[in-house]
Amino acid sequence: MFKLIPRENVSPVLSLLGPLFSVGLTMIVGGILFYFLGVDPFAAIKMIFWDPLMSETFSTYSIPQIFIKGAPLILIALGLSVGFKANVWNIGAEGQYIMGAIFGASFALSLYPLESIVIFPAMILIGVIGGCLWSMIPAFLKVKFQVNEILVSLMLVYVAEQILALASLGFLRNPDGAGFPGSRNLNQYTSASNAEIIAGTGIHLGVLLSLLMVIFFYVLLFRHSLGFKIKLLGNSPKASGFSGDNPNKLIFLCLILSGSLAGLAGIMEVAGPAGQINIDFNVGYGFTAIIVAFLGRLNPIGIFFAGIVMALTYVGGELTQFMLNLPAAAIQVFQGMLLFFLLSFDLFVHYKIKLKGNK
Amino acid sequence: MDLSEINFAVLVASLVVASTPLVLAALGELIVEKSGVLNLGVEGMMIIGAVTGFIVGVETGSAYIGMMAAAMAGALLSLLFAFIILIMQANQVASGLALTIFGLGIAALMGHPYTGIKSPQISTISIPFISEIPVLGTMFFQHDLIVYLSLISVLVIWYFLNRMRAGLILRSVGEDHDVAHSLGYRVVTIRFLAITFGGAMAGVGGGYLSLVRVPQWTEGMTAGAGWIALALVVFSGWRPFRLLIGAYIFGGITILQLNLQAIGVNINIALLSMAPYLATILALVVISISRFRGNRGAPGCLGRSFVKIT
Repeated sequence: MFKLIPRENVSPVLSLLGPLFSVGLTMIVGGILFYFLGVDPFAAIKMIFWDPLMSETFSTYSIPQIFIKGAPLILIALGLSVGFKANVWNIGAEGQYIMGAIFGASFALSLYPLESIVIFPAMILIGVIGGCLWSMIPAFLKVKFQVNEILVSLMLVYVAEQILALASLGFLRNPDGAGFPGSRNLNQYTSASNAEIIAGTGIHLGVLLSLLMVIFFYVLLFRHSLGFKIKLLGNSPKASGFSGDNPNKLIFLCLILSGSLAGLAGIMEVAGPAGQINIDFNVGYGFTAIIVAFLGRLNPIGIFFAGIVMALTYVGGELTQFMLNLPAAAIQVFQGMLLFFLLSFDLFVHYKIKLKGNK
Repeated sequence: MDLSEINFAVLVASLVVASTPLVLAALGELIVEKSGVLNLGVEGMMIIGAVTGFIVGVETGSAYIGMMAAAMAGALLSLLFAFIILIMQANQVASGLALTIFGLGIAALMGHPYTGIKSPQISTISIPFISEIPVLGTMFFQHDLIVYLSLISVLVIWYFLNRMRAGLILRSVGEDHDVAHSLGYRVVTIRFLAITFGGAMAGVGGGYLSLVRVPQWTEGMTAGAGWIALALVVFSGWRPFRLLIGAYIFGGITILQLNLQAIGVNINIALLSMAPYLATILALVVISISRFRGNRGAPGCLGRSFVKIT
């Protein structure tokens, strides 16, 4: 049998190795899965992880796409990671993302066709508020009545999805859309369009903001006392109480911070790459961001790289769908597997393992 | 007058059917949580059960064989979770989420060729004599085997937890794993068994969803049922009979909502579809307020890793 000995300090080398090892292992096990799906595993793995970056035919399209898909993942994961550090589990980011998009888009579309430079920043602010308000529901219920935030935030995803349906079939439906579901295209409304900032790539303000937020969160977590308080709450709630922190305030803050960022991601997406509010607007970024947060070890810099890797699996996954006819769900399996390996590997980060019996 | 009474009985009967997947999955999770483990992967295990049950049911032509396969699939998936949290000491919340993401993906992969096929019929068993009681008979005694099984499970699990030595051991492991360990109980083994049972129950619940309740396979068909089952466990205060009542109230809301949609009441469908989720939140709030502070009834070691340090 084995014996576990807790490490006094978390091993930094292993902590870094974990994600790399997990990605590697996911490739191997994923390859086996692809083999059973009747797809050449080497071709599939190469197409997911290599071709989007290196292939001449795909990379001009793929590389900017990685950043476009990575931006919402990074934004949402940054917010979630702060909560996860404090043992506050907002897993309803998907709903906050949807509400951010609906709030912002509703505001902009209500002003259509008025043109003004204040519309765009106001729209973004309102999007952020939308996500924030949606996360305030679990936050309020948690601090006021100790209601489990995991379940409430998740239930609100389903509610948000229904509101999304309501919006795209009802109150936001394009009056000139010949009865099709979906709102007006915000890209055709100059004042509200989250237009590309590098011509021809599709890279928009959200990508830039996601990079800025990485820096902001790095400072917040490692250079600001609030970051310390949050970590303290997660590691030792008692010590947190003794030091005079109000845990409820911190919990509330963690939840609305992640909600606001999810809202930001939502409004950036709807005004940019998605263009319109429609029934199929949300594609699961809010859930994938949970994986991104863990893959990045709840560290802002790590989350940046994790977001890029995860975006790569999205872009590469699309490629394999087109080229190899691999089902879309295969990528989801891939992502789930990655999280399993990652979480399992934590054992080696936190414990030393010794063989018993060898006395 | 007579007519409305018959409708009501049928309504209750369909409520019972609608609630059965929740009863099964939530009972399984109740046992898991009583052993001190929080498995947030119920949704994942349910959908794996749903897809496996459906495929096996269609291929063999028997809904019951399908249901058994569903239980096995759920249990198998839960073993993965058990390994990660018990042996690899991973965070339970995150591992449960991973299980859900993974399960949804695998199920979508497996189920793709089976979309839109009809499931085999399940035979109902009318219990002699009592099924002929006018209203009550229709409501409760003209169902299939799984419904009766779910009701019996409530009884058995109550008996197990409150009247049996094994149940007491399970609870002690959940209350304080260090004390249980020092008394000589095998914490890891007991939790392994509890998690596997929970997986099998969630699997059957999922199988019932795809084979009887809906009955066909569509991607993501559990639509949060696993999460609602988790909420039911909290709502019940970790008590089996309350859990059953909770599940039936919940099933009632779902059925009422579907019936209102069907008869075309002048309320938006999207608003009606929100009702079950909003009701869940409301129930959680009510139960939290009435219990004042904290979760009285929650096992002491719920969600905490057990590390044997000798």
